[in-house]
Amino acid sequence: MRLGGDPFDLMGPSFSAVLRREAPELLVQRLDPGAVPHVEGTTVLALTYAGGVVMAGDRRGTSGNVISKRDMRKVFEADSWSAVAISGAAGPAMEMARIFATELEFYEKVEGVPLSLEGKANKLAQMVRSNLPMALQGLVVVPLFAGYEPRGGFARIYEYDAAGGRYEERRFASTGSGGRDARGSLKARYREGLDREQAVDMVIEALWDAADEDSATGGPDLVRQIFPLVAIIDADGYRELGDDTLSTRVEEVIAERRA
Amino acid sequence: MSMPFYIPAEQQARDKADFARKGIARGRSVVAVTYTDGLLFVADNPSATLNKLSEIYDRIAFAAVGKYSEFEQLRRYGIRNAEVTGYQYAREDVTGRSLANGYANALGQAFADSPKPFEVELLVAEVEADGVEIYHVLYDGSITDEQGFVVVGGSAEAVNTRLKDSYAPDLSLGEALAMSQRALSSDGDIAAANLEVAGLDRTRGRRKFFRLPDERVAELLGQTA
Repeated sequence: MRLGGDPFDLMGPSFSAVLRREAPELLVQRLDPGAVPHVEGTTVLALTYAGGVVMAGDRRGTSGNVISKRDMRKVFEADSWSAVAISGAAGPAMEMARIFATELEFYEKVEGVPLSLEGKANKLAQMVRSNLPMALQGLVVVPLFAGYEPRGGFARIYEYDAAGGRYEERRFASTGSGGRDARGSLKARYREGLDREQAVDMVIEALWDAADEDSATGGPDLVRQIFPLVAIIDADGYRELGDDTLSTRVEEVIAERRA
Repeated sequence: MSMPFYIPAEQQARDKADFARKGIARGRSVVAVTYTDGLLFVADNPSATLNKLSEIYDRIAFAAVGKYSEFEQLRRYGIRNAEVTGYQYAREDVTGRSLANGYANALGQAFADSPKPFEVELLVAEVEADGVEIYHVLYDGSITDEQGFVVVGGSAEAVNTRLKDSYAPDLSLGEALAMSQRALSSDGDIAAANLEVAGLDRTRGRRKFFRLPDERVAELLGQTA
C-alpha cells in the first residue's frame, strides 16, 4: 500500500481507473489477435412488465459450427438492482461483466450510495467503447443491460452497439445472433401492463423462436434438463428463477405449441 | 550558518506519539463487540453522512477514529486494495489479516517518515464461519488482534471499563447494541440518532456487511426515534 502522492487525486470511485493505474497487466492486452478462434454467446433479451424487468439468455456457446458449451451463463447479476447479459466473444464479454459488477460495488462502497440506473448504463457504455479496438479485430462484445431504479420505482433496458452507443428502451430488447428472431417474437406478443408470469412465458417463447431459426442459439434441453437462464429484477431486487419453476414453464410453453 | 538542533530519535518518536494520541482522544469512541451472528460496531457519531464505519469487502468491515480526512483516505485505500486482490485472484483470497497488515505498514511508514503522524486508530474485522477476527491498528503502525470486544478513540479507557463488566459472549444483536450504548454514554443514554451502527452478519449472503438505520436502532433499543 502506498500513501501520499497527489493530494487532489481523490481516488475517485472508478475501479477501472484503479486497475489501469495499479495493475495495467490485468487488463486485456490489445495485440492483434488475427483470427483468434473463440467461443461466442448468442441470444439474450430483456422485457419490462408492470413492476420490474425480466432478463433471459439461452445456454449455448459456439465456436464456428461447433457447439462448445451447453450450459453457458450469459446473464450476470451486476448488483442488487441490475443485470447484464452478454453476446459476442464470450471471453472478453464475461470479463467485461465481471469488471462491471466490481465497478458498481466499488462505487457503492467508496461513495456510500449506489450509482443511479442511468449512471450504471453510462459506465457500461464507456466499457464497451474502450473495447472498440478489440471489436475491430473481431472480438465484438455487445451487452444488454437491465435494471430497476429503486429511487424512482421504474425498470429500464439499455441496448448497446459495438461502438459504445447506448440506447434506452422501455419495452423490450434483444441482442446476439438470434436477437432478430427473438425481437420479432416479442414484438408480436408484447403489450402494456404484463404481469410477471406473462413476461416470463414471453421470454421463454422468444428464446424458443430464436433457437428455431438460429443454429447458434440453444433451445431448452429437456434431456439434460438445461433451461434458459431467467432473471427477474423488481422492487425486491435481483433473483433468478429456479430449475423447478423453469421446467414447469417450459413444459407449458411446449404443450401449447404442440396443441 | 545555523545548525539544526539535535533531537534524539527517542524524543522525536515520543513527541509524535503524544501528538497522535491527543488528536485521537479529542474525538468520540467506537465500540466493537462480537455477538451471536458476528460483529457489531457502534460509534458515537452525530453525523448521519460522515461515517466512521464502512464495508470493505465481502467479509471485512472497517471502523476508525481520529481525523476524518485521514481515515477516509485509508478506508478508500482499503477498498481499492481488496477489490484489486479479489479481481486478480478470487474473492475468498481477500483477508482481513492482509488488509490490517497493509494498514500497519502504511501507518508505520508514515509515522517514521513524515513530520506529522496520522491521527487515527483503525479496527479491521473479518467474520468467519466460526468466529470473528478483530485487528486493532494504531497511529504508529502497531497491530494487535483482539478478542470479544474493543474500544478505540475518545475516552476509550472509561468506555472499556464499563464494557468489561457487562460483556458476555453470544449476545443477541439487541443486547450487544444496548450494552454498547450504555458503555458509550457517560451521563444519560446517547440518543439512537447519534449512534452509527453497522456490522458483519455471517448469516447474510455474499456481502456480510450491514448498516442499521436510525429507526431500527431505536426499535432495538426500545426507544422512539
